[in-house]
Formats: sequence, structure tokens, C-alpha cells
Amino acid sequence: MSTALLFPLTGAALFVMGVAGLLLQPHLLRKIIAFNIMGSGIFLILVGLGQRGGSPDPVSQAMVLTGIVVSVAATGLALALARRLLDLTGKMQLPVPGEDAARDGPDA
Amino acid sequence: MRQLAVTFIIILCIAFGLLLFLVMLDLPAPHVHLAVQVNEKLAESGVIHPVTAVLLNFRGYDTLLEVVVLFVALTAMLTQAKGRNLQHITTKPCSVPMQIEVLQWLTRVVVPLAIMVAGYLLWAGAYRAGGAFQAAAVLAAASVLLRLASMLHTTGLPGPASRIGLLAGLLFFFAVAAAGTITRQQGSLLQYPDDWAGLLILFIEAGLTFSLGLILARTFLTLADDDDTRGTER
Repeated sequence: MSTALLFPLTGAALFVMGVAGLLLQPHLLRKIIAFNIMGSGIFLILVGLGQRGGSPDPVSQAMVLTGIVVSVAATGLALALARRLLDLTGKMQLPVPGEDAARDGPDA
Repeated sequence: MRQLAVTFIIILCIAFGLLLFLVMLDLPAPHVHLAVQVNEKLAESGVIHPVTAVLLNFRGYDTLLEVVVLFVALTAMLTQAKGRNLQHITTKPCSVPMQIEVLQWLTRVVVPLAIMVAGYLLWAGAYRAGGAFQAAAVLAAASVLLRLASMLHTTGLPGPASRIGLLAGLLFFFAVAAAGTITRQQGSLLQYPDDWAGLLILFIEAGLTFSLGLILARTFLTLADDDDTRGTER
């Protein structure tokens, strides 16, 4: 294994951690952070695989630069939607169809 | 039952990660050498730095659409921001008056410097790492600092001047693309005339820095904005 592969392998690990976080964490902020970790992993894979040949690939670097800015905008939109949900329901969690009645019961 | 599902998901993720590892350790050598192609055409692009050449010249349409994505995301956020209230958010007083004075003094020093750095990054993009996106990020960071120091307030939707500012960079980019398509019979979208390329890229980047800085700043300010109790949230 060469050191050039260290970056994409780290990226893959980050991506998998992000997926697990996105699926397992109920709190929306944590989901958004996990989503960002996932994206960072993908960027690391793209840049890392781009420089396998020895010199960095300007095309993949430019694409990742584009991707970072888009992910910032997507995060902002996700935060705005999460805050809207907080305003409407008072919770930072996605409503679960089956559990909703049971959880709301004691509070109400 | 939930414990079982969590274990299952974790095992599945680890298995997927191992699969990714194996695939990457066994990748075939690339058939297309994009770096070589970029270096061959670099002299025609109008800039010396390969990443900027790809962003603004070879793959200019990607960048154009990216700015559209940013603008659409901001528009969607602004529609969410309208009837927002604070009934579920606990607000605290901003901070001790003395602290805010120190922060405001610091902001007065740092923000002009940040604008200067943004200008440098924009200019440096032609020959080294830098460019419109980095410069816009610095401008947006300056506006975040202004907001945290309570020196910049926004309410609701942007006004007419602000809207023009948000769109100006994108519209100029569109205008260049349209002009290129009309005046030339053949060639691809956003293909600049050779002797104009450097100047056009500089103008487009300057416009993008301005508009992207405003869009990113607006993104943060919209999230930080609270309609009725302005200036009290931290």
C-alpha cells in the first residue's frame, strides 16, 4: 500500500462513519453533521484518488472545490429546514409514524 | 429490537467500509490522464494556475451551475425564514457589555483586513491557489464576525439593492456565456476568445467573489436572524 492511498482509505472510513451516524443518530443536528462527515469523506476520496499518479489532478481538485461550496449551501438549507421543524413541532427529530402517539401520550 | 437494528446497521456499515477498502486497494490504473490534458491546454486558458483554469475555463459550466445551486439554496432558505418565531428556542442575553466592546474593536480591525485578503486571494487565483470561492468565503466570514459583534443586522427578505448584489455575479457569468454563444458559430459553451480569456476570467471571478460573498453571508445571517427579539440571541 502506497502513501497515496492513505487519503482515499481515510475518506472511505469517514464516509462509512458518516453513513452510520446519519442512520443511527436521531437528533437532526447530529444527522446534518454526519452528512457533512460523509461528504468530506467523498471529497477526500476524489482528491486522494486524483493524485494516485504522483502529481495532483487539477480536475478533481476543481470538482471538490465546487462540491465544498455546494455542501455549505446544502448544510445551510438543512439547518433552515431543521429550525422550521423545531418551530412547528418543538422537536429536533424527524417524526416517527408508529412511535409518535406513544411518546406524546405522557406529555399531553 | 432497536438494539438489534443498531447492531445490524453498524455491521452493515463496517462491511461496506471493508468493501470500499478492498476496491480501492485493487483499482486499475487510470486510462485517461486529465492532468496531462490540462497542462497541454494551460497556455490557452488565460491563467497559469491549473485549478483556476479548470474551474473558470475548461469546466466553466460546472461553476456556473454551482452558483445557480447556491442561489436556489438561499432562495429556499429565505422562504423558510419568513414566519419564524422563537417559542422553542431559549435565548440568552448577548454577552457582558465589556466583552462586546472588545469584540467590536477587534471586528473594526479585522474586517478591513479580511476585505484586503479577499482581494488578494481573488488576484492570486490566476497563478496560485486562490480564487473567487476562497475570497468569497473570507468575505462571508467577515460578515459573520460583524453579526456576532452585533454590528450588522438583517431582517426578513433582502431589499432591492441586496437582491441585485446577490444576482450580479451570476448574471454577468450568464451574459458572458450568452455573448460567446451568439458571436461564435461553433465551439462549446463558455469558450472564451483566446486573447480575452485572462481578462474575462478576472472579471467573472470578481463578480463571483462579490455575489458569492453576499450569498454565503446571507445564508448565515438568515439562520442567525431572529424576527422579534433581534440582538439578544447568541
